[in-house]
Amino acid sequence: MAISKPAPPGPAPRSRGPQPGRRGQEGWHFNSSLALTMLLPVVVVAQGPIRRALATPVMQSWMTVFVAMVVQALPFLAFGALLSAAIAVFVPPSFFARALPARTALAVPVAGVAGAVLPGCECASVPVAGALVGRGVTPAAALAFLLSAPAINPVVLTATAVAFPHDPRMVLARFLASLLVACAMGWSWQRLGRPGWLRLPTPTEHTGPSRGERFWGSVRHDTVHAGGFLVLGAMAAATLKTAAPASWLLTAAGEPVLAVLTLAVLAVVLSICSEADAFVVASLTPFSLTARLTFLVVGPMIDLKLFAMQAGTFGRGFALRFAPATFAFAVAGSVLTGTVLL
Amino acid sequence: MNRQTQAAVLLLIGVALLHGALSDLYLRYVKEGLRPLLLAAGTLLVVTALATAWYEWRRARREERGTGTGTGTGTGTGDGDGTGDGDGTGDGDGDGTGDGDGTRGHAHRESRVSWLLVLPLFALVLVAPPALGSYSATHTGTALQQPYGYAELPAGDPVPIGLVDYAGRAFYGHGRSLEGRSVRLTGFVAVTPSGTPYLVRMALNCCAADAQPVKIGLTGNIPPVLQPNAWLEVTGRYTARRTRDPVNDGPIPFLRVTAARPVPTPRDPYDETWNN
Repeated sequence: MAISKPAPPGPAPRSRGPQPGRRGQEGWHFNSSLALTMLLPVVVVAQGPIRRALATPVMQSWMTVFVAMVVQALPFLAFGALLSAAIAVFVPPSFFARALPARTALAVPVAGVAGAVLPGCECASVPVAGALVGRGVTPAAALAFLLSAPAINPVVLTATAVAFPHDPRMVLARFLASLLVACAMGWSWQRLGRPGWLRLPTPTEHTGPSRGERFWGSVRHDTVHAGGFLVLGAMAAATLKTAAPASWLLTAAGEPVLAVLTLAVLAVVLSICSEADAFVVASLTPFSLTARLTFLVVGPMIDLKLFAMQAGTFGRGFALRFAPATFAFAVAGSVLTGTVLL
Repeated sequence: MNRQTQAAVLLLIGVALLHGALSDLYLRYVKEGLRPLLLAAGTLLVVTALATAWYEWRRARREERGTGTGTGTGTGTGDGDGTGDGDGTGDGDGDGTGDGDGTRGHAHRESRVSWLLVLPLFALVLVAPPALGSYSATHTGTALQQPYGYAELPAGDPVPIGLVDYAGRAFYGHGRSLEGRSVRLTGFVAVTPSGTPYLVRMALNCCAADAQPVKIGLTGNIPPVLQPNAWLEVTGRYTARRTRDPVNDGPIPFLRVTAARPVPTPRDPYDETWNN
């Protein structure tokens, strides 16, 4: 599917470039450097009251979970940004044209399986998928990659095997269900998706004069930009994790349908890294294996943190359509796989 | 947020990550195995910040020269990789992330979300919240799972043993591997609303967001005053008494305490045995 790039926001500012004196330092105006310089001492001076305000047990555990999520995800995000910058700057578009089948219907499963080579969690796959689209990979294939990579790579599958020592079929089920859902989403996008829904990443803004400048510009932009959305998602997830009572889970486990839906929603809300989610769900023994499989399939594909990051990379219009569809497909795919395999 | 500010924020976050990974601060939030990744990521962020600053400086210099001559031909020869055309008028490139002057709605909105990055920075550097404690322990169900097997206890009396290890042996092994032995374990105190004192260790797989408590009940000679979150080293023996966690109906074995003494928070407050 050829996609015509919607006018990215990049060129507009570029035409402003030559405006004389706009970047000149004459005149005092409030910019972000100044804001940061002023913010830092204020926070340092006010740290006593800030700490006291945060001293309640709820706030403390909120902060710990929040900081933990960000600290844990930042390395993966930064390396994802590094990899996506390398793709965007050093890999020519012709490479992907050769590596992927020309027919989109075939490119989708190939890209889905290729997700297995990105050993990391979902934070890394968002910027990489963005770079792939920017490099001319058909969006349907890039989206299949985006969805499959965090779930079917060897690191995650090994963790799943360790977490479910008595149910080795869980690993196979997770692999198959995730691949199935990723491909189904890719094919659906190919049939139903409209180019306008996808606000392409804006590679134009990294068109610095030298490769190095473009490369580091891309790393900086992706890290800062996706990082902001990561923080947003981590705040939401920490809030729900701290505030939601765990006891209601138990009542849901008895009803088969309710159990599946509960764990699917829980996967979205908790936003746990795909390398760790198997351990968390393994201990939810009152729930059926199919319900737990749903948690493992839904979590890496769509959760609060990912939604925020997808909205940041591909646009809010995209995320609002893509997220519910992914959720529905992931639940259906895991119930199907779970019924057959588990 | 303009590029200089982004560079400054990245530099601060990178330094904070390095600081956290070089001290033991990171162990409050993530597993020990992530340390090399944190060090590498911190370095990467610092390098990105420095590279951004360096290219900004060069851009500014190019602008000076470029606007001076008007044509600016050849000013880019210093790029060295042959792609630079040295077009002095290209200085506006890359403004897409916004200069923070609010004239471009889209770019401005994008840059605003980046400001959120200062929150974890402040949280990490100024507050450095403690590892999860009794609040999470009492609000989350115990995560005790059946162990693969029970290795022979090491020599020693009392024998030092992990709290999670003891809980598994006591509940699923019915204390058979603990027979006749006195054990010593470390954990923090959590008191349920009903008043039962628990000794807890949070078991962690990746980061504190997935940490789950493993609880054992204390009975016998327990200290008269138990402060929630206080770390205790208790010595005791297996007892057949057991209960169910009201939160998730999970298994909670008991320990008959013979002695208890307060200890400082261990270097790694979490139990990471499940990672192996």
